[in-house]
Amino acid sequence: MSGFTTLLARDLRLVLRRPGDVGVVLAFFVVATVLFPLGIGPETNVLARIAAGVLWCAALFAALLSLERLFAADYEDGTLDLLLLAPWPLELAALAKCLAHWIVTGLPLSLLAPVLGIAFGLDGPSLLALGATLLVGTPTLSLIGGLAAALTLGARKSGALLALLALPLCVPTLIFGAGAIETLAAGDGIVTHVAILAALALVALATTPWAIAAALRQAGE
Amino acid sequence: MADLHFLANPARFRRFSQRVLPGLGFATVLMLAVGVYMAFFVAPEDYQQGKTVRIMFLHVPSAWLSMGGYALLAALGASLLVWRHPLAALMARAAAPVGASFAAVCLLTGSLWGRPMWGTYWVWDARLTSMLLLFFLYLGHIALSRAYDSPERGDRAAAILALIGVINLPIIKFSVDWWNTLHQPASITRLDAPAIHNSILVPLLWMAVSLLFLFVYLVLLRTETEIDRRRLENAEAAA
Amino acid sequence: MVPPLLEVPPVFEVKDLSCRRGGRPVFDRLSFGLGAGELLALTGRNGSGKTSLLRALAGLTPPEAGTISWRGVDVAGDPETWRGRLAWLGHLEGLKGDLTVVENLLIAERLRGGEAGDRLDGALLAFDLTGLAVREVRTLSAGQRRRTALARVVLSQAPLWLLDEPLNALDAPAQAAFRTALQTHLAAGGLAIAATHAELGIEGAQRLDLRGGGLRDEP
Repeated sequence: MSGFTTLLARDLRLVLRRPGDVGVVLAFFVVATVLFPLGIGPETNVLARIAAGVLWCAALFAALLSLERLFAADYEDGTLDLLLLAPWPLELAALAKCLAHWIVTGLPLSLLAPVLGIAFGLDGPSLLALGATLLVGTPTLSLIGGLAAALTLGARKSGALLALLALPLCVPTLIFGAGAIETLAAGDGIVTHVAILAALALVALATTPWAIAAALRQAGE
Repeated sequence: MADLHFLANPARFRRFSQRVLPGLGFATVLMLAVGVYMAFFVAPEDYQQGKTVRIMFLHVPSAWLSMGGYALLAALGASLLVWRHPLAALMARAAAPVGASFAAVCLLTGSLWGRPMWGTYWVWDARLTSMLLLFFLYLGHIALSRAYDSPERGDRAAAILALIGVINLPIIKFSVDWWNTLHQPASITRLDAPAIHNSILVPLLWMAVSLLFLFVYLVLLRTETEIDRRRLENAEAAA
Repeated sequence: MVPPLLEVPPVFEVKDLSCRRGGRPVFDRLSFGLGAGELLALTGRNGSGKTSLLRALAGLTPPEAGTISWRGVDVAGDPETWRGRLAWLGHLEGLKGDLTVVENLLIAERLRGGEAGDRLDGALLAFDLTGLAVREVRTLSAGQRRRTALARVVLSQAPLWLLDEPLNALDAPAQAAFRTALQTHLAAGGLAIAATHAELGIEGAQRLDLRGGGLRDEP
């Protein structure tokens, strides 16, 4: 087994040992989403119009919330040193960690969001579009958030700082993710949106691993 | 001996900046005075925007300088990460708040201009929204560079952020433009005039150059301060 | 066979290594060499730069100046191969509390690109961990964790061990086990550098006393 798959399997196994940690993130997602109808009122046409934006924003916050521990746990118990000293590229380790994060956060969020969309009065095609855009868009959030997590490793007040760094960089993904459902409501297809989301994910894939690796090396100095 | 090594570049920079700064400051004041005079008394009123067009002479150059300032942060970041240039870190630390201030001026003047034109202080105009996100990127850079007990660690983390930020800036701009056309009819008066007459263009460019002088002056002055501050901190750490 | 009476160049060589933190020198133009089967004990007071030196040798901190070479080749040219030659024990154990002793050892070895296989039992036995093999690390005492981390070092079969206070939290039998493991490693031609303020109790160890430019007393 290569270092990449070993690290991926290790992180997934660690999550399985404490499934509650993922449960808390998903519960946050549900509770945060439910607050909107309570705050805005239950008119179905209003809710259906804001559903995509609300669910995308809530997913973004939920993903960021869980990212703070992505490298911090390894930093605190010294296993980060073992990754830094592993005889294979640190960029791959960064990628494995972000992939593990996406599997335990982005993937379940993408599956859960359409279910919540029903409560917002979204129709069938919109629910499908919501799930599809989240599925293609959340990897970008894991990568950009992973970078913010690596940059704030060992910083003071790292949680709020992480959000401040990651949120502006996540804006394009949010715009095209939430915009897709609106386009669908206007009677157009969402292929362009999904393609742009995929392109954004590829840009993140091409740029963030080396940046995360550089940030982790600095944290190790 | 070892301290001299660290200060080699900053010390040379200090000698340079101390020679340049007084003259540069004088030139900046002079140019700004001429620029403000041209903006208020030479440039004609716009037939559509009236006197409010004069805000553009501050608004537009501020937008240019805040964008250029972020590109400068990225260049300084690359220079720090690749060549470990100690001066680059101090200059980035000095430049970020200046760039953020120009972004803030751009946002404020944009909103002041918007009040008579749009009837409200804030409209989700594509340019203003992009500028707001750029302002947030600046805030992140400033906060990150000051978030560590070791200033060097903050310098390098912020350098990585600036590089990733500069790659994402065009993407953010593109997506905000797209979002804007989706959500707003194009009939609203945009902040950019379609064709600029020379009587406006000349004062505009003059103001842009004057504010560039101001930008450079402030960055050099603040870099000097950062050099002194870092030197003091190192002296305290060694004591 | 009688060994030839020739000057053998050291396997591991450090030349003019300098390091600074926050503009303050931690060590300045440090040079030493280490041959096969040799142990170097780094001594010095708290804050004298022992840990910084170990991190610089591992490549975790880029040095200000100087070279580190292995069999005459500068290790900076190929950091991945260099990292493959190292076994690292920091002052943090580098163990996952939610994983068992065995899981931690197997995963750490795979992350190094190796496979523990039959060697696992020997490593567990060497540090009397057989009875704790399937215990989760967070339930272990500090000494038991230290022993697990040492078992990881033994398991790696790396030619150079970099150890930061290896005797920390170890009781007398565990210290003896560590000495045995270290002697076996050295006898097989391995090298080791250990930062320590206790006596390692190994015959013929070289010593390097760091009192560097940047001595700072603990508060």
